[in-house]
Amino acid sequence: MKAATLTLVLVLAVGAAIVLDVTLGSADLGLGEVWSALWGGGDLRSQQVVQSLRLPRAMLAVLVGGGLGVAGAVFQALLRNPLAEPYILGISSGAATGAVGVLVFGLVAAGSWALPLAAFAGALLAIFLVFGVAVASDQHLDVRVLLLAGVVVGAFFSAAIAFMLSISSAATVRSAVLWMMGSLGNPSWGTVAIIAAYTVPSVLALIALARPLNLLALGEETATYLGTDSERVKRVAYGVASLLTAAGVAAAGVIGFVGLVVPHTLRLIIGSDYRLLLPLSFLGGAAFLTVADVVATTAFAPVRLPIGVVTAFLGVPVFLVLLRRSLGGSR
Amino acid sequence: MSETGAGAGPAFSTREVVVRYPGAAVNALDRVTMEVPEGLLYAVLGPNGSGKSTLMRALLGVTPVRSGSVSIAGRALPTWTRKALALHIGVVAQAEVLAFPIRVRDFVAMGRYPHLGPLQPEREQDREAITTALVRCDATHLEGRFAHTLSGGEFQRIRLARALAQEPDTLVLDEPTASLDLRHEMGILELLRASTREGMTVVLVTHHLNTAARFADRMILLTEGSVAAEGTPQEVLQEDTLEQVYGWPVAVRTDPITGAPAVTPLS
Repeated sequence: MKAATLTLVLVLAVGAAIVLDVTLGSADLGLGEVWSALWGGGDLRSQQVVQSLRLPRAMLAVLVGGGLGVAGAVFQALLRNPLAEPYILGISSGAATGAVGVLVFGLVAAGSWALPLAAFAGALLAIFLVFGVAVASDQHLDVRVLLLAGVVVGAFFSAAIAFMLSISSAATVRSAVLWMMGSLGNPSWGTVAIIAAYTVPSVLALIALARPLNLLALGEETATYLGTDSERVKRVAYGVASLLTAAGVAAAGVIGFVGLVVPHTLRLIIGSDYRLLLPLSFLGGAAFLTVADVVATTAFAPVRLPIGVVTAFLGVPVFLVLLRRSLGGSR
Repeated sequence: MSETGAGAGPAFSTREVVVRYPGAAVNALDRVTMEVPEGLLYAVLGPNGSGKSTLMRALLGVTPVRSGSVSIAGRALPTWTRKALALHIGVVAQAEVLAFPIRVRDFVAMGRYPHLGPLQPEREQDREAITTALVRCDATHLEGRFAHTLSGGEFQRIRLARALAQEPDTLVLDEPTASLDLRHEMGILELLRASTREGMTVVLVTHHLNTAARFADRMILLTEGSVAAEGTPQEVLQEDTLEQVYGWPVAVRTDPITGAPAVTPLS
């Protein structure tokens, strides 16, 4: 498929997903009511539902999904591994430790900002530890050391989570587990703005690095001979992709499969040129997570499913079909 | 022919270069002083582990030098940016493993990256350079294929094509013909020789003494990180020097067809 066609398809998919996400929900509003509520018409209640509940959540889905798609693609290039995903370096475990800590020690009472802030701090701590270990053990950033450090730091945080959960009540365990499965919640416009402030510049910065990322996927030495300051590009790309992941995980918990399935699926369709792959991964991740939110909200209404469960249920079959088809095509 | 302001000295020169890998007990390069004059085909020879690839990597600034100095085109290596080096030198390193599927055309087009800004699209001159490089490496018919489906020899040729697409003044190659059949090995070597006639400098790291004897203008023979001999093929390929370096008896005769020295291991 031509890149231009795919871009158009994905842009339309994002648009359609937002419309669905804003239209469907437990408050039974028609398309016309939603439309007028969007522009300040209709009754106050539907205005409130659309403007302060559904629209911000759809926007958060777009930002977080897109960010995870881009971060996943970047980690895949840096680690030269198609199975890499945004949480591979322990960022999710760090964030979960912060979030679970807030839940277990009852700090939720301090304010609605306490949980995302603690999750963000945990993610940053994980990033800091992993990179600290990887850089201290060698002058340059070694991919193998980085992966090992990620696994070990992740294991440590997982143990911390298990410890905290083992000493807390059943109700706390339930809310912690649900958080770890991912949830967009009911974000305020303020939250959406903060996440946008992280996501938009990060995504643009990573797209500007598309050419060096193409080269790094060939190996550091080759990238160096083709004019890339590999060390600098690696540090910047790891740092920015990690921040992007941390912001997403703080706002919406651990949402698996987006960062793995979206870039990989696009790779099978348009190849691995990062100049295309990164912008399309943003659109693909945004459409995917927004659709997942529609399913999470409507499938078992009024119960809202954890969105991470939906992304796995939707993502895995799609991915397997594509994988099978692409293997069939190259034989 | 340089577009980087280079050309004010020998293509490469080293003074007393010492390289030691972390944790190693001996120096990988031990006070190596050498010079690669411009416009020649220069071979780097030596047994396994003698420091051939280390010398190449030290010349290119990817292996840190413990003491001594390296200059490229008369300018000290640390004063070069990676981008300026990539405009000046094309490299075909020993091994390369692809992490993701990529088409041959896109693979060769990466040779143009140092000529382009971060988001700048390909220009007419870039497309020309890519096409010319593919033609010269006899790889035009591979253009639409995926690189990971190529044979070892075909892959080697598109790697050379990518280096040529850089339009460098200097080419550095580490065992470029290792997996090539006779026709393509000769094709590449003739191409390298023709390039030096057009003014390009070529540094060829190789195991093959007879290939080097036939195609190189000058050569350096390394042993355990030090220089055993340096000069023309006739000067370097002496029976007693080779026996000492390789620890195996050899006979050196003049090849009746090429006129170059021919080394035959005895048994």
